[in-house]
Amino acid sequence: MTDVFIVSDNILSPLGRTTAANFSQLAKGMSGVKKQVDTKMSAQPFYASLFDREDRFMTDDGGATQTAAGSPGEYTRFERLLIASVRDAVQTGGIDTRDPKMILIVSSTKGNIDLLGTMDKGERDLFKKRVALYTSADLVAEYFGFVNPPVVVSTACISGIAAVLTGMRFIRSGRYETAVIAGADTVSRFVLSGFQSFQAISPGHCKPFDLARDGINLGEGAGTLVLSSREKYSGGIKILSGSISNDANHLSAPSRTGAELCASITNALRGGGLSASDVDFISAHGTATIYNDEMEAKALTLSNLQSVPVNSLKGYYGHTLGAAGLIETIISVQSLKKDLVLPTLGFEEMGVTDPLNICTGLLSAPLKNCLKTASGFGGCNAALVFSKQ
Amino acid sequence: MNGITASCIIADHAVRKNGKLVFEDRHADLPGFLLSVYQHFGLNYPRFFKMDNLSKLGWLAVEILLKDSFRKADHEAGQVGIVLMNAHSSLDTDLKYFESAKDIPSPSLFVYTLPNIMIGEICIRHQFKGEGVFFISEEFDAGHFVRYTGGLLDADVLQVCIGGWVDLLDSEYKAALFLIEKEVLPVEGGQSRPFDVLAKENIEKIFRGEKGRTKEE
Repeated sequence: MTDVFIVSDNILSPLGRTTAANFSQLAKGMSGVKKQVDTKMSAQPFYASLFDREDRFMTDDGGATQTAAGSPGEYTRFERLLIASVRDAVQTGGIDTRDPKMILIVSSTKGNIDLLGTMDKGERDLFKKRVALYTSADLVAEYFGFVNPPVVVSTACISGIAAVLTGMRFIRSGRYETAVIAGADTVSRFVLSGFQSFQAISPGHCKPFDLARDGINLGEGAGTLVLSSREKYSGGIKILSGSISNDANHLSAPSRTGAELCASITNALRGGGLSASDVDFISAHGTATIYNDEMEAKALTLSNLQSVPVNSLKGYYGHTLGAAGLIETIISVQSLKKDLVLPTLGFEEMGVTDPLNICTGLLSAPLKNCLKTASGFGGCNAALVFSKQ
Repeated sequence: MNGITASCIIADHAVRKNGKLVFEDRHADLPGFLLSVYQHFGLNYPRFFKMDNLSKLGWLAVEILLKDSFRKADHEAGQVGIVLMNAHSSLDTDLKYFESAKDIPSPSLFVYTLPNIMIGEICIRHQFKGEGVFFISEEFDAGHFVRYTGGLLDADVLQVCIGGWVDLLDSEYKAALFLIEKEVLPVEGGQSRPFDVLAKENIEKIFRGEKGRTKEE
């Protein structure tokens, strides 16, 4: 089977504009989550990790006059975020985006949803095209001169991992040699009010796996991962395998048993030729809702992974939705490279029925294999395994 | 060789199974049409009435696709997966949620503001637990669909893949679903037929409403 290597990556978040800047902030225990007062988004103050509202992420607007809607004449905030993240990743990787054996994969849950409040819906056809994820992906592809039409993955909170898996499979099929996988989501009144209606938003900083956990924080951010099968990248971290499953149980509540996430984990490990004892650390979804964390603990225990160090990064970033799988994978890749597992910010006391080995301080240890998991609305679960050589 | 076992198209107020017109209702509006499809096929599933229009459309298309064409008992839950695509994601419900959220946001509406919720609905109905993934594309990309599903079957990630196109916004809609099964029967000469070349053209034909080939015809 073709080996798939990580060439370069980027995280663009309120904590920093490069992967290195992000990792260094996390290692210092810094969080992007703050109390926010913004009556346009919520009548009540809320805790979230947000960019400065004035942040434009990039200084040039070249090429944007050809947007599908014709009139807006510039990239949306979401698109600028994506472009800025992709640009750093392709520049640091020395990637020629006009390579015919290259594909752009975009991951997002809600993309330009904040346009719903701002655009004139009278021009329905222009509007529905401008708000669509395929338009954003086309604009990003056009900006960088990608030759092949981009692919967009939108599968709730597993979108980022599903996009990495899609890129890995494209490369293994031989159709492409390089995949640029970029995920982003912004926080809007739309998404915030929805999670508030579920009473899923924590009134303070989120506390993954903790006894007193009381919900999620939302976060904004983008992550880009460049994968390639080319020989010259063969020293890099390898994406080994991944798997997706469905609970077939409930749209908004996770499985009661964790058996389906466990099936994903088992398939991912088997696909990578690994067993549970080969996993050196786990980057869990850990949203800090009662039910998600409980389900994950069950799934990890069923997978015989209860003693493996595990963290959740939601305390640093909040839940960045379509970017989460990418951002958290990229941080975990840094952990592999530095032999350093990050603590679970916000965790104090074990709050899941099946206790896990939650990482509570910086853990320095030789690391080779990492498991990344995610779950989301619609009952979806995903697992990804990557490895240092 | 992997094969298309069945197809179902719901478009222009008509339902076609394996290319054959099986139901038509020219007079109803979209919600009325979806309800008349539900009633015509004698379906009985109370959850249907809670779904948004996009999920109703996809769910109905799967019911008709699988009826008399699929034996669930032959497959493990984790071996059946769903690969869907559309242009407008969940925009139809996003717009409704956005309006309603000006008063009191409704969690039961918000949950449908993700396109893959339709995959969840289908999985809950049939207890399918395999891979489910949702792609957004301006038009139905048969090449990508065939390569992706073919890859899942070839790599034994799935034995059966239900998938295709389900798009809905305002009164415009189209569902075109395919049942694709991995067949383990050896092919003459030991060479398996290249799924992606043959199936892509076939799938494009069926999608356009022309006569395609499924195993059942």
